Amino acid sequence: MNFFVENLPYILAGISVGGQYALIAIGYTMVYGILRLINFAHGDMFMVAGLVMVYLAASLPVYIAIPIVIVFTVVLGCTIEVVAYRPLRSAPRMSIMISAIGVSYLLQNTALYVTGGLTQTYPTIPWLAKTVTVFGAHTKMVTLITPVLTIALVIALVILIKYTKIGMAMRAVSRDFETSQLMGIDINRVITVTFIIGSFLAAIGSILYFSNYTGVMPTSGSMPGLKAFVAAVFGGIGSIPGAVIGAFIIGICENIIKGMELTVFSNAFTFVLLIIILMVKPTGLFGEKNIDKV
Amino acid sequence: MLSIKGLHVYYGGIHALRGIDLDVPDGQIISLIGANGAGKSTTLKSIMAMVPKTEGTVMWNDKNITNVHTREVVGQGIVLCPEGRRVFPDLTVEENLRIGAYLRKDKDGIQKDKDWVYELFPRMKEREWQLAGTLSGGEQQMLAVGRALMSKPKLLMLDEPSLGLAPLVIRDIFAIIKEIKAAGVNVLLIEQNAKAALEISDFAYVMETGTITMSGVGKDLLNDERVKKAYLGE
Repeated sequence: MNFFVENLPYILAGISVGGQYALIAIGYTMVYGILRLINFAHGDMFMVAGLVMVYLAASLPVYIAIPIVIVFTVVLGCTIEVVAYRPLRSAPRMSIMISAIGVSYLLQNTALYVTGGLTQTYPTIPWLAKTVTVFGAHTKMVTLITPVLTIALVIALVILIKYTKIGMAMRAVSRDFETSQLMGIDINRVITVTFIIGSFLAAIGSILYFSNYTGVMPTSGSMPGLKAFVAAVFGGIGSIPGAVIGAFIIGICENIIKGMELTVFSNAFTFVLLIIILMVKPTGLFGEKNIDKV
Repeated sequence: MLSIKGLHVYYGGIHALRGIDLDVPDGQIISLIGANGAGKSTTLKSIMAMVPKTEGTVMWNDKNITNVHTREVVGQGIVLCPEGRRVFPDLTVEENLRIGAYLRKDKDGIQKDKDWVYELFPRMKEREWQLAGTLSGGEQQMLAVGRALMSKPKLLMLDEPSLGLAPLVIRDIFAIIKEIKAAGVNVLLIEQNAKAALEISDFAYVMETGTITMSGVGKDLLNDERVKKAYLGE
């Protein structure tokens, strides 16, 4: 109990950042589930969403900027798929992966060019930045909203995948492209929907994350992107609940480590976790059993 | 009816089909027999536009469907039940049937056809909520046929429906194929089990290395010396 009270601020921060990782991790895991591709550009898209918000909020009120950012990110995600991945659909897996790395650098360098490498300050979204007190711990509203919003979005997503026609098509396509086509399913449409969902969640994650950390740099997407990726692997890549649980675990552990004044090790923890998982249970918590090696 | 003229297909660097002419008239079971690698599956896949055609035409009731997309072929009422069953293992039996009707919008019709499939395969009704991956090989084949029927096809193409199944199950499957024909669906059947296929066929084609070498009424081919020697093991 004493441990809990002392660490409450860190646990809260951990749950919050865990939720933000979860929103990014879902994009990784869904794209992997369908295309067997690790979309390295996903983390950078998250950063671009942050920068676009910075520039839009300079001249527009935030409540107008937010929907524009979301739409922009979705369009960007789908464009990347059409331009960089779709032409390589039947190419060897390695080619499409290299294409993804290329897009990642393209986004980072474009951001570097636009910002001149200076850290941009993320606009304050008033109702997210409000300070609240929970059990005596002071925290920002965003810390409380993130896990609630994350869980709500995940539930909506699970319902979509389990009970709608497009969700059923997504499950079919993720298993067998050829037979799905024989059913009359438009594969490209299903893949586009996947990228729309992934990008949408990344945009939401970006708004929440940068409301907390406030500085956006061209490399801002790398670390959260990488951690979300580890979360997806930890949970079993391809599994949505796995990615979400993995993200919360990583977020919480990381912040408790920070609370123990071992901040320098907080990033190392994530990657040690990755190494252990890959050694002990390469398919992750809820991974498919016969997964192809990447 | 389906009518193929002068079909050439290159597949994986080889000239897999070298000018195929084939007709599937209404109200008949047509079978295509031949050894492994003769081009039987390639023929079906090219009808479905799953492999590109180099030359030739595919006509469906006087409509040219040579260059349309796979989903339009399905929309026209042609369906392929692929080799190796290929049911979706982590969808339930019921979902597998529903996905077979993916392009259809008529809810009542879909329900009616689902009831019909359950009537043809009572075992599927019992296992409605089970994941398809947990079914036995024979049950998966029944599900694959049922799933194909859910698209309300006018032409059902079956690729090796007896592959890897026990003789009793094979008998069931062939009985069902006759029942499907009786319901007014044309059937194009590929089989290595030439005897069983010829027995239920109205007409049959024999394929060898990408060409059709023989054709005739099912019963006649069954008594043909060359067919007997090459495919019936007599």
